[in-house]
Amino acid sequence: MDESTLLTNIWAGILAFAVLMYVVMDGFDLGIGVLFPVFGVGRERDTAMNSIAPVWDGNETWLVLGGGGLMAAFPLAYGIIMTALYPPLIAMLLALVFRGVAFEFRWRDPAHRHIWDIAFTGGSFIAAFTQGIMLGALLQGIHVEGRAYGGGWWDWLTPFTLLTGASVVAGYSLLGACWLNWKTEGETQNHARRLMRILAPVTLLAIIAVSVSTLFLGGEYVDRWFAMPAVLVTAQVPLIIAILTWRFARSLQRNYDLAPFVITLVVFGLSFVGLGISMYPYLIPNSITLQMAAAPASSQVFMLVGAAVLVPLILAYTAWSYWVFRGKVAHEGYH
Amino acid sequence: MFHDADALLLARFQFGFTVSFHFIFPSFSIGLASYLAVLEALWLKTGKTLYLDLFKYWLKIFAVVFAMGVVSGIVMSYQFGSNWAVFSDKAGPVIGPLMAYEVLTAFFLEAGFLGVMLFGMLKVGRRLHFFATLMVAVGTFISAFWILSVNSWMQTPTGYAINADGQFVPAAGWAAIIFNPSFPYRLVHTVIAAYLTTALAVGAVGAWHLLRDSKQEHARKMFSMAMWMAALVAPVQIFVGDMHGLNTLEHQPAKVMAMEGHYQSHPDGAPLILFGIPNDAEQRMEHAIEIPKLSSLILKHDLDAPLNGLDTIAPENRPPVKVVFWTFRVMVALGFLMLLLGACSLLARARHRLYDWRWLLRFALVMGPSGFIAVIAGWMTTEIGRQPFTIYGLMRTADSVSPLAAPAVATSLIAFVIVYFAVFGMGTWYLLKLMSHAPHTREPDLPNAPVHAAGITPAPALAAAGTKEPGHG
Repeated sequence: MDESTLLTNIWAGILAFAVLMYVVMDGFDLGIGVLFPVFGVGRERDTAMNSIAPVWDGNETWLVLGGGGLMAAFPLAYGIIMTALYPPLIAMLLALVFRGVAFEFRWRDPAHRHIWDIAFTGGSFIAAFTQGIMLGALLQGIHVEGRAYGGGWWDWLTPFTLLTGASVVAGYSLLGACWLNWKTEGETQNHARRLMRILAPVTLLAIIAVSVSTLFLGGEYVDRWFAMPAVLVTAQVPLIIAILTWRFARSLQRNYDLAPFVITLVVFGLSFVGLGISMYPYLIPNSITLQMAAAPASSQVFMLVGAAVLVPLILAYTAWSYWVFRGKVAHEGYH
Repeated sequence: MFHDADALLLARFQFGFTVSFHFIFPSFSIGLASYLAVLEALWLKTGKTLYLDLFKYWLKIFAVVFAMGVVSGIVMSYQFGSNWAVFSDKAGPVIGPLMAYEVLTAFFLEAGFLGVMLFGMLKVGRRLHFFATLMVAVGTFISAFWILSVNSWMQTPTGYAINADGQFVPAAGWAAIIFNPSFPYRLVHTVIAAYLTTALAVGAVGAWHLLRDSKQEHARKMFSMAMWMAALVAPVQIFVGDMHGLNTLEHQPAKVMAMEGHYQSHPDGAPLILFGIPNDAEQRMEHAIEIPKLSSLILKHDLDAPLNGLDTIAPENRPPVKVVFWTFRVMVALGFLMLLLGACSLLARARHRLYDWRWLLRFALVMGPSGFIAVIAGWMTTEIGRQPFTIYGLMRTADSVSPLAAPAVATSLIAFVIVYFAVFGMGTWYLLKLMSHAPHTREPDLPNAPVHAAGITPAPALAAAGTKEPGHG
């Protein structure tokens, strides 16, 4: 592997890490938003929302790093992908506006709190759904002409992308329920546990459905999954998922607080590795490889110096911030 | 129904609309974060609860402003790709890394410490909490540093080469790109603008409450602090603005011609056009009221110095005068009004009438939004003044746009307009509601703090602060 290929792969790895961080961290935030209507007005909702109030902004910053990093390291792909996914992207951005301001606004206007609760749920749901759609639209391929998007503005909408959209909603909801099981107690926690019993099998089915459908998208995916050395990983996946499902069921039965959340994170991580195997070495399937889209080495090196120092630092103070707000969130304490 | 030209115009409207809306929030939160750090430092130093009350009062306002800044900012980080894909592809290797550094050094810093700043006072101890406030304030400044470097590079590009794919790539080291010729001036001018904007907003809130009760201790303190800021910083800002203008004259003369309304060249001293109606179609100024030779004196420090007009610029490279001419005048006029306010406050202070000279209080109240208006007017001046280019002199706006269908952009533009006015309109209403309550002793905390169940040892602060947690009502 020559130097520029190595750099490009490192940057692909850093961006993949940023996206994974975003998916799991904003995943539970958005999941809580999606589940919001089933929680009781008043204490339950306030507790659920306040459990993420200090961290949602940091969680969402990984999304900005995903966008900014893609522009910096793979500018060609950034332009093409964002143009191709224009309608779901804009819908996601507007949805994030609603759910982001709801954190503050619902406290400022008790008379209209129910409206901001709807904004919070609607925004969270649309953001999760469109993120799933964008994932599916990328997997099913984007029509590229020269150095630009060559398709129409409805190409992203197919049964497959609706499936991936729904799957991400299910997965985020499961993460959200697991987070609440960890961070709350009493009625809210019991409520979260009941939801986990429904959402876990739904998420499992969704993962299987998306995996199988991906194989039907085209020959390349089949080859990549079942070629050496990827097959060494993919062959283990059914077994690992089976073990994790058993552990999850057991942790739920024994009323563990943290374990279900951690197991769900591992499942998300595994699914993400699966996506990586499907995509590599392409950034846009079958048309733009990482190498083709890569910024020059001088740009990548300049950023790598910063990222090598700053990303560990960011992880450290993010962990500290979570540590400060550790423990169960109580119901009482408002005036 | 739609053509390519419509798609371009719609994309420009959308970017201008979303960036202008977004810019309002950071121009407030940059100043407010620093103000909060100062208030907390004064509280820690003097132990006076007055400062803690003011800190808590403005923290609630900051939380709302910051949330609006975050959500409108995420839109910007994706809009480069969605609407300006060709620009992103070509300029990405140069400006992308600077924006990535903004995320890594600023956004994470702000977001990582914001939770502790908003909700962590009783959990981490006073010193650590002050550190968190400081990190948020520093983060807002670092953010301004990088994004203004990007913007300045687009205005005065240096240190680049163009590769085989037509991309701008770094060629002369990153310092040449980051510290491009207009960057130092733009950075200082913009950051001071943020401080001044905040001071005027804080001053107006203080004035509002003093008009109701001139003895209100908290209102007196914030009003006095704000008026010091206005008196000291407004003259500095006018001086810096002048230097920024001279820098623009050197690197982007066409922009200055548009600001001045100079369609024609003036070989022996150009007049300062105070007012007039720019006519871009016929490239002439109608009904001009002008002071002979003053423009040459300001820009060249010589009454008879020749100044070129837009007639020396190729027609396809001329910026639209009719917008830039007016936005520039709005900014300058507001700047001088700020100077006047600062001067009046010094006079009132000298005569011990600062808190009960009602005309001063009314003046300060009316000037409350002036900073925001001046910031947007200045931003429009510099952004529209560099048209028709995205990368000045090198890449045209028309060549930067994504190959999107016009109906797609029209739909998104309508959606942005509706959502922004509705959501940020409500946000502004909530801000005004918060501001309309007078700050008072034992100012309550934010209502949405995650209050923790028993079992977690409270941080030392709880004991040290010696007060009952106000959140437990």
